Amino acid sequence: MSATTSTYDWNKTIPIDQVGVEQRVDRLNSRSIKKDSKIQALKLALSMIDLTTLEGMDTEGKVIQLCQKALRPHIEQPDLPKVAAICVYPNMVSVAKKELQGSGINVASVATAFPSGMATRKIKIEETRQVVADGADEVDMVISRGAFLKGEYEYVFDEISAVKEACGSAHLKVILETGELQTYENVRKASDIAMHAGADFIKTSTGKISPAATQPVTLVMLEAIRDYFYKTDRMVGMKPAGGIRKAKQAIQYLVLVKETLGAAWLTPDYFRFGASSLTNDLLMQIIKQQSGVYQGPDYFSKD
Amino acid sequence: MADKEQTTDLQEKPFKPSSPSSKLDLNGFWEYADAPQSADFIELADQYELFIDGKFTKPASGNYFDTINPATEKPIAKIAEADEKDINKAVKAARKAYENTWSKISARERGKYIFRLARLIQERAREFAIIESMDGGKPIRESRDVDIPLAAAHFFYYAGWADKLNYAFPNKEVESLGVAGQIIPWNFPLLMLAWKIAPALATGNTVVLKPAETTSLTALKFAELCRDAGLPDGVVNIVTGAGETGAAIVNHDGIDKIAFTGSTEVGKIIMKSLAGSEKKYTLELGGKGPNIIFEDAPVDQAVEGIINAIFFNQGHVCCAGSRLLVQEGIANRVIQKLRDRMETLIVGDPLDKNTDIGAINSKQQFEKINEYLEIGVNEGADIHQSSCSIPENGYFCRPTLFTNVGQSNRIVKEEIFGPVLTIQTFRTAEEGIEKANNTPYGLAGGVWTDKGSKIFKTGQKIRSGVVWSNTYNQFDPTSPFGGYKESGMGREGGLHGLEPYVKLK
Repeated sequence: MSATTSTYDWNKTIPIDQVGVEQRVDRLNSRSIKKDSKIQALKLALSMIDLTTLEGMDTEGKVIQLCQKALRPHIEQPDLPKVAAICVYPNMVSVAKKELQGSGINVASVATAFPSGMATRKIKIEETRQVVADGADEVDMVISRGAFLKGEYEYVFDEISAVKEACGSAHLKVILETGELQTYENVRKASDIAMHAGADFIKTSTGKISPAATQPVTLVMLEAIRDYFYKTDRMVGMKPAGGIRKAKQAIQYLVLVKETLGAAWLTPDYFRFGASSLTNDLLMQIIKQQSGVYQGPDYFSKD
Repeated sequence: MADKEQTTDLQEKPFKPSSPSSKLDLNGFWEYADAPQSADFIELADQYELFIDGKFTKPASGNYFDTINPATEKPIAKIAEADEKDINKAVKAARKAYENTWSKISARERGKYIFRLARLIQERAREFAIIESMDGGKPIRESRDVDIPLAAAHFFYYAGWADKLNYAFPNKEVESLGVAGQIIPWNFPLLMLAWKIAPALATGNTVVLKPAETTSLTALKFAELCRDAGLPDGVVNIVTGAGETGAAIVNHDGIDKIAFTGSTEVGKIIMKSLAGSEKKYTLELGGKGPNIIFEDAPVDQAVEGIINAIFFNQGHVCCAGSRLLVQEGIANRVIQKLRDRMETLIVGDPLDKNTDIGAINSKQQFEKINEYLEIGVNEGADIHQSSCSIPENGYFCRPTLFTNVGQSNRIVKEEIFGPVLTIQTFRTAEEGIEKANNTPYGLAGGVWTDKGSKIFKTGQKIRSGVVWSNTYNQFDPTSPFGGYKESGMGREGGLHGLEPYVKLK
């Protein structure tokens, strides 16, 4: 799909009822996931993780250790699935790439002046080209929230299209930073703009702003993906990021996906978790399901 | 001859789901494992007696009937059948309790007893929820999250009014009536009991209550609570039985007020038998709720609202939004989304925590719904059912949509009381409102639009006791509930719910 021009009137708003969205999430959260379906979900969630480190203090050593964790989440259980990707800052892309060469795990890099997006378009494009040249398989860009909130929707659309073009064959995830968008209607609109502009994934948050991913926001985005799919037949992926730390939350997210979009989206190709500490809780729960007892947190590597 | 062929064909393959038209794979590889609510700790007797004058009493006739678990078609327990003699006894006990104790104790004391009942329901909420689901077929998610908490809330709410009646009716002298005869339906057994008993006790009346014959168990369990709460003997009497038992209550001379919730058909009979008597009465009867979706509505939330409006409690809801009126511009989109949403509804074991739609309450109701499905098809409507699997035994019905229907279709005019939705379109608001009101019923309706002014303009014109906006099937003890036209008279709930139980001077 190549969308270089927008033929859509972005000033039109699709109404979203806040109370209704939150009630729907409550109802989905009351699903009781037990036994086999729980183990299946835990392993699925593990395979969907974008193992992330995005700190100013990141070192090459830390990134290398995280890559090791990505390859072998729990050394005692070699049959467990690998995570989907490693997500790092641009200057760490080549380090991660070297470590993960041939492993099937993707390297994702944030770009476009993450997390604020407050840079000129030229620099954003350059940064995107750079990370792709360094070997990034996936690019996580941020939208210009300032422009969006000012109502400059065409600007946002054009910027995403331009970054998409700069990505070449790399997958583009568009971070909406929903914690700054104020309303579900804005979340919906930003989702639509991103998808029409060519996003392969839409993503909730940078993780640097509170609130990060929430289930109601995710539901609104999943419903946007569904409407886009009904219309265009193109499947866009979804990535909630930030604040998902517990296995139970992860399973609740999977229920949202299953009952909104169906099984085709229940794969790392179309659904990811942007998280780091989630990994160990998933591992802990998987072992609990197998052995019947919880192991202490120190039996799981912290990277 | 041609007609006959058509009917046999229908019987052979009873309403197979239409071919899946969805683009989404909603029944994919990840299926939820069974998550049954454990019922091991539930203690049920083999046989239940009448609760009269604070004691469990054998029926005069010695007759008992079975109460059936509609999900398994197996009997759960035997229930006593009360006849005129038993009703006589119960009314006498209620009168004695009214004269000797209940009207003598202070209003504050009365309130304390009601608070105690409310707390006891909360303490034993899980037990009540499980029994409600076993006896009535409703999913445990609903009995646990809706029925039982709301029943407790009703007792709490009216307990608060007991010593404040002078504030409810300023400048009036408030007097209780005496003995109230109350007859409740099978769709929300304990909740309807709460709607009836809580205001009656708060205003100082004593009661003789008859639960529906298919769902007597929670009322009898409630009788145990009355005993545990130390409620004076005879203040609450529970008599079980079917229509004849109900008729004996309605026609009893010692009763001062009748409160009935049930079908319009029976409501009319009750009204006739009460005509000319001094008994006060309230009737909460059937409905055929219109749910109006405007083009500017939040569509995904409206779809969810439509689902809740019609599939809540298997559609056994008098205020169910069983007639969907959708503005033509978004009709196709709404129907497509509804169909997809229906695929994710889980129909099955009421005691499984993931079940969305449980069992149809009784064989009789199951047959009635199937009859309407057949009528719909024979009337030429297009039927769509979810492709879900349903258990082999028990009374289960797939969620069903009918399109291509008009105001003259029987499935649009008559209350089906099952998981069956009819869908019609309208072009202008006037047309939508006209269709909404073109029914002898007037219990509840819904309006969906993002525009505030449209909510009020439309809502005011719908002749219904309740109009929900951008939501459906929301209940609260502080809010009055009741119907226009053939949906009944009088209001229950809220301040309004006190009025039918008092004399004002």
